[in-house]
This record gives sequence, C-alpha cells and structure tokens, in this order.
Amino acid sequence: MLQTAVLQWPGRWTKKPRAAAPPQFRDSSQPASLTVKSPKLAVTLEPVQHEDFSSLVVSVATTRDRSAFARLFEHYAPRIKSFLLRQGTDPAQAEDLAQETMMSVWRKAAMFDPAKASAGTWIFTIARNLRIDAIRKARRPEFDPEDPAFVPDAEKPADEVINADQMGCMVREAMAELPDEQALVVRMSFFEDKPHAEIAEQLRLPLGTVKSRLRLAMRRIKEHLGDRA
Amino acid sequence: MSDRLMYHPADESLLAYAAGTLDEATSVLIATHLSLCPHCRAAVSAAESVGGEYLDRVEPSAAMKVSAADVLAMAEQGGEVARPAAPQACEIVADIADMADMPRPLRNYISDVGIKLKWRWMGPGVRYAQIAGDDASEKIGLLRIAPGTRLPRHGHTDEEYTMVLAGSYESASCRYRRGDVEWADAAVVHQPSAGREQECVCLVVTRGALKATGLFAPIIQPLMAI
Repeated sequence: MLQTAVLQWPGRWTKKPRAAAPPQFRDSSQPASLTVKSPKLAVTLEPVQHEDFSSLVVSVATTRDRSAFARLFEHYAPRIKSFLLRQGTDPAQAEDLAQETMMSVWRKAAMFDPAKASAGTWIFTIARNLRIDAIRKARRPEFDPEDPAFVPDAEKPADEVINADQMGCMVREAMAELPDEQALVVRMSFFEDKPHAEIAEQLRLPLGTVKSRLRLAMRRIKEHLGDRA
Repeated sequence: MSDRLMYHPADESLLAYAAGTLDEATSVLIATHLSLCPHCRAAVSAAESVGGEYLDRVEPSAAMKVSAADVLAMAEQGGEVARPAAPQACEIVADIADMADMPRPLRNYISDVGIKLKWRWMGPGVRYAQIAGDDASEKIGLLRIAPGTRLPRHGHTDEEYTMVLAGSYESASCRYRRGDVEWADAAVVHQPSAGREQECVCLVVTRGALKATGLFAPIIQPLMAI
C-alpha cells in the first residue's frame, strides 16, 4: 500500500515557537481535513530506504568507511539541524549539536546494532541525548543492561522476534493509520520541547484530552507490534 | 506469568521519555522502571523509532555550515568530546546501602545529585528523604514504610507516581511489588498499606502537595508535606 498521506507540521517554525499561533485543529467528530499551510515543512510518509543507512553505519563501524560517513552526513546532518530548530533550539546551537551528533556517529558506530534499531532511530536518540545535556542541563538517566539489578528480556520464540526493519515498517503503518488528532499530539511531542500541559494550552484542549490521545496513539503503535512489546 | 510486572507508567510518559521532553524527576522514575521492565523497554523503543521516522522524513531545510570532511577531521583530532564522567561508585547513605539491588539509573542519579539523604519522620513507621526538586516543579524522593504500616488516607493536588523498590504495598485492592508503578492524580484518594513481609521502599515523584483527608486531616497534613 503506497502511503500518500502528508503529515504537515501545523505551524511554521519561528524564532519564538512558544509564542506561535495555535495550529488549526479540527475535532475528530468532524471530517479530518488538515490543510497544508507550509508544504516546505511537510513530513511525508513515503518509504525511505532504511536498510541503506543502516548498512552505511555498519560500514563506518567495520571499515571506517569515509564515503559511507559522507553519505550519512549528507542525509542526516541537515535533518538533525532542522529537527532541532523546530524544537526551538537556537541556530548556532542546532549547528553545533548536529556536528556533535555526527561526530558521535563516527566514533560510536560500533555500538550501533542494526537488529535493534534503524540508523534513523539510533541517530535520533544520540541527538536527543546531546540536546538534553546541552540545552536543558538536565540529567537524563538511562537503563544500563550491565546493571546487576537489570531484568533482561525474556527469550522469545524465533517467530516472535522482530528486527529493526520490521519494527520500522510496523511503526510506519501505525503512524499512517493514526487519526489526525492523535498524529498531531504525537508529532508535537517530538517536535516541540514542551511538557504535555503546554501542548494542551497551545491546542486549547484539556490536559486530559492530550494525554488520552497520546495514550491511544501509543496503544495503537504497540498493537501494531503485536504486543511483542 | 507471575514475574511480569503488573502496573506500568502511563504510555504518554513513556512517549515523552522517548521524545526527550519528560521532566527530570519523572525521567529518573521511568529509567528505573525500564531497568526492571522489558515490556516498557519495548514500548519506549517503539516510540524512539517514531522519532527515527520523523528524523528520516523531516524536510532538511537547514543547511550545515561544515562538510562531512570537517566533522571527520574534528572527530579524529578532537579526542573525546568533553562530557562529565559517569558516576562510578555511589555513596548512598549507609542505611539504604543494603539495598544493593537499587537499579543503576536511580543509584547513579542520587550519586550525581550528590546529596546525603536526610530521612524525615512522616508519621509512625514512615520516613521520607527528598532527592531533588522543589515546590515549583516535580519532586523526587524515597519513602520507607515499616512492614504492615497503613498510611493516612490522602488525596493529591496534582500528579504522583510511586514505584516500589523493595517490599510491597496495597492500595485500592491492588498489590504493588518491586518495579510496579502506581499513578495518582487529584481524582485519587487512597490509603496505601505496606506488606507485612518486609519494609517497603518506594521511589516517589510528586507535583503539588499531598492532601490529607478525613477526621485527622488537620493533624496529619503538616506531617505529609512532601
């Protein structure tokens, strides 16, 4: 099934995204027809060749392949920067963080496991963590599989194990099927560095509504993973 | 499956953790829960792959000021990017040092904050030590409840997450064990009581104050000022 849905970003990024006008939003009871206000900022659901990027990271890890890195840089560096700008990071810092993320890609490529995540997901988490370190000055603890208290995953039957490609595919399907009202709050969760309360304020919705939409969206995404989660 | 945790953090908190927008205190609780819960780890990695999808699909409208070769040169000559070293040993105050199975995200966080836990008496059999936070934001702390102790019946002015680290407690006929998370908000009034088998130790994240209810509220309230 060709996914032609266009998930447009509801508001144009400005230097003060927090003061941006609330995006147009229609209630689910009405026919969904979000208009594309700024096609330049469109996020499309056309298939992307994830395998290619994953194998490029693997080439960087195994043979220190500089041309593979150049290709990764060409694809990801401007996207990381654009992503950070949308979250309200100032341009100089977005540039620095994008550079730092790409340096980490080069240095930590050996830690990438193509069975566990796509290249895009792995790079997203690197950029996310660097941004939290740099901008929010907040600590963000992560679980550590070497932790003596860590409870490992149960062994799964072979037919239930999903790889990163399948996961990416399922997540894309789930995202394409999300009702607009849910897709909007999920997108805002990633693209705006705001707590749920501020998202609710911006959409002029009760906080509980934002939370329940996020909850429903997550449930749908998990259902697509067939409760392998 | 008896070893599977029964009570998990809300999905929207897992999503916010994956997106990197969750507040610090709740992130500590989530990371601690994730150490014990393969189920929620899978949910977080699904949410992270949503982030990966967005990254792959975002319009690359902002051009970089440097080239791949520049970044490679920096990566190769710069040595390690200066990052604060991960805390190694944790000097948690002696009386919870026996909780050797305190998951690492929490252990490291306490050590990172660098405070000595001060246990405050909160009523018979109940002690609380704040780790971080203030009235204006989320607060994170540890609660120790003696075996069999019944807490005063209380409500909340805002949200509260409680995660069991040791022992168990019962609240509204649900039994919470190590790793389980209970969520409460202004609509919830509960009266948790600790299991009789051992001391119950919980990680608590609160926003807003606890509210005592019932006959003895005016007496209890000052004791509950978490």
